[in-house]
Amino acid sequence: MSTEMGRKWIVATTSLAGCFGCHMSLLDIDEKIFELVKIVEFNKSPFDDTKEFSMECDIGLVEGGCCNSDNVRVLRLFRKHCKILISVGQCAITGGLPAMRNGIPVKELFQESYCNNLTLANSLIPNDEELPLLLDRIYPCHEVVQVDGFLPGCPPRADLLWEALNLLIAGKSLGKISMKNVKYD
Amino acid sequence: MISPEMRLQIAEIVTQYHFEQTELLAVLSAVQKKWRFISADMIAVIAEEMDLPVVHVEGTASFYHFFSTQHAGKYTVYINQSATAEMAGLKEIIYAFESELGITIGDNSSDNQIGLRTTSCIGMADQEPAILINGTVFTSITPSRVSELVAGMKSNSLVRDLVRIPLEAQKCYPTLHTEVRNNIRLKGPVFFCDYIPGIALKKAMELGSLDVIEWIKKSGLRGRGGAGFPTGQKWASCLASESDQRFVICNGDEGEPGTFKDRVLLTELPEMIFEGMTLAGYSVEAKEGILYLRAEYSYLREHLEVLLESMRSRHLLGRRILGTRFSFDIRIKEGAGAYICGEESALIESAEGKRGQPRNRPPFPVTSGYLRRPTVVNNPETLGCALRIILNGPEWFRSLGTPASAGVKLLSIAGDCRMPGIYEIEWGKTIREILDLCGADRTLAVQIGGPSGTCISEKEFDRRICYSDLSTGGAFTVFSRDRDLLSIVHNYMKFFRDESCGFCVPCRAGNVLLVKALEKIMSGNGTLTDLDKIQELGIMVKKTSRCGLGQTSPHPLLSTLNSFSEIYRDIVRKDVDYLSQFNLESAVEDS
Ligand SMILES: Cc1cc2nc3c(=O)[nH]c(=O)nc-3n(C[C@H](O)[C@H](O)[C@H](O)COP(=O)(O)O)c2cc1C
Ligand code: SF4
Repeated sequence: MSTEMGRKWIVATTSLAGCFGCHMSLLDIDEKIFELVKIVEFNKSPFDDTKEFSMECDIGLVEGGCCNSDNVRVLRLFRKHCKILISVGQCAITGGLPAMRNGIPVKELFQESYCNNLTLANSLIPNDEELPLLLDRIYPCHEVVQVDGFLPGCPPRADLLWEALNLLIAGKSLGKISMKNVKYD
Repeated sequence: MISPEMRLQIAEIVTQYHFEQTELLAVLSAVQKKWRFISADMIAVIAEEMDLPVVHVEGTASFYHFFSTQHAGKYTVYINQSATAEMAGLKEIIYAFESELGITIGDNSSDNQIGLRTTSCIGMADQEPAILINGTVFTSITPSRVSELVAGMKSNSLVRDLVRIPLEAQKCYPTLHTEVRNNIRLKGPVFFCDYIPGIALKKAMELGSLDVIEWIKKSGLRGRGGAGFPTGQKWASCLASESDQRFVICNGDEGEPGTFKDRVLLTELPEMIFEGMTLAGYSVEAKEGILYLRAEYSYLREHLEVLLESMRSRHLLGRRILGTRFSFDIRIKEGAGAYICGEESALIESAEGKRGQPRNRPPFPVTSGYLRRPTVVNNPETLGCALRIILNGPEWFRSLGTPASAGVKLLSIAGDCRMPGIYEIEWGKTIREILDLCGADRTLAVQIGGPSGTCISEKEFDRRICYSDLSTGGAFTVFSRDRDLLSIVHNYMKFFRDESCGFCVPCRAGNVLLVKALEKIMSGNGTLTDLDKIQELGIMVKKTSRCGLGQTSPHPLLSTLNSFSEIYRDIVRKDVDYLSQFNLESAVEDS
């Protein structure tokens, strides 16, 4: 398989407020991974450990929603550098498990985690300037930037990720995804 | 912990209802009424006394709007927030209550004397703003009336003594103590004309049950509750279902915002409706009938009970009706505030003392309904029509209306018109004709059939009220050109969001998202893409919801996006494709 443009597609990936499960799911495509590296090249992705964008990308895959100011910064960078931006997995699409905290005031969260926690030797709310600031709630990605597609699942199954990448590279819409990959019962 | 005395009192209430599990709603209502709340401890006692699992009682208690775990105030004021109330000055009324009492909606005064709450439409669209105080309806409220009511409540008056009965009503209904007016504006040949009790029933018994059903089929009568199912066919299926027991239920839940004709029927012509039920009972060989009355109409309860007793003494109900071998009796069961209980299978669940969640269909109620027995569920208006068909013949009924929509329809007209109220019209009238009848001019839009129906613009005013064009359960709400249509759509969408029973995700979550999407548009931050997204989501909710509520809940949005697309297009941003409402500074404020 070769790409339309005669070059490899550049793909960026990141995990915001996620658990890296969606990334693991992509690795779960088994032997097709050899296929994958023939058609795509990763840039700004934990897969090849590139920390910054060094070029404009064709596809951005975002796992996890936004729970702090750094997530927002990274997500905005992704929007800026990726032609097609995709929310991958439940957390990116709806906030997912981290969104369990939505509705609880930030002060109470800090209190519970850093002061009331029985396993703590001394209670201290972290307050270093280096640390990103917590948002008032978890935001799904599409509430912060425009998102072009959604791949549901927790995590989305490997076949779905594989099919979606192939569709995008063939210039087709994600609406074409086969039922078997998004059917959950 | 619960005192031994309270335990005893709860046990007494349960005994009054004969430990019947199907009477759980009545027991909970009595407990709520007496103590003004139902705590977890009380739930445990009720469960023990009724021999029910605690989760069952808890599930039921938490489902209905009029039950609360927190003290609801010695006087609980429920302000109804229907669209018609908003149009009639709801904001001023809320402001008046809040400033008189120094509390906000949802709170109680410090001594728990008065609790302030909101509720969905209470069936008074023609006399808004209307409120409930401890189940008693007060209509056409003004800020000065609010002061009076608050003063009355503060001085521990009986709610009954706060009611101001219109003079003409005092004479008509000695058993009714209410300020609700009937506003019957146009009388017709089916309902608001001569009616002598007992004649139809006698005639039906001469015909025999099969012929009665045949007549109903021939008349072309279809259900008046909204869905329009052929009534004769429904009765025939019920009769054909093998069983030792069958039931007839009259659906008096009337929860669709903007409709109030069943309330007027149950006030003016309850005997006709009860006789209609008996007639249905005779046809399907049922011995028991239930009137499911929405809690908002509980002020009619005594009026109806007295009548039932009188019908029994005249042998129109009870054992050996009119001296024949046929026996049939009717009892009343009250709801506790839930629109979904108008859906027939949810209604049956609720009548059985459970959460009002719709059942999977099939099986339909005609084969497996109340207590899993074959059950006919009909709207009061349908039952009244059936009775008139037996009196005047199916051909006569067919001669009214149009060939495909036989007979008459009761419309509940409200909103921007000079003569809101009840109109008995023949099917087939155009919207324009009806607007002339009720004295509406400068009309922007008409909502036909309530929020779950259709919103039409002037271009469509020549369309007709009939099953094949604009089918309706009866609500006809008029909006003049001075109205902000989007705020009305917003009101309707919040209604569905709040009334979803929560069983299925598309309806439970979809309606929340639709309300948010609309709010984004209304704030001026919407884009054309957002409009497309609303359309997409709305269609998805319609297609994938389990019952009629979810399947129609996106209608206010979809129908106005269709008829009034310019209103939406005018306020969305066309220069950008996407606009985020996310604001980093305010999101990290507390951090
Ligand atoms: C959400 C929902 C609410 C309903 N509310 C009512 C109601 O208040 N009154 C009513 O008669 N039918 C209501 N219906 C229709 C009933 O399910 C049922 O079709 C009707 O009572 C049957 O009587 P009919 O054939 O005489 O119209 C509702 C349906 C749905 C889905
Ligand atoms: S569509 Fe809505 S009201 Fe109907 S069952 Fe589903 S959640 Fe309940």
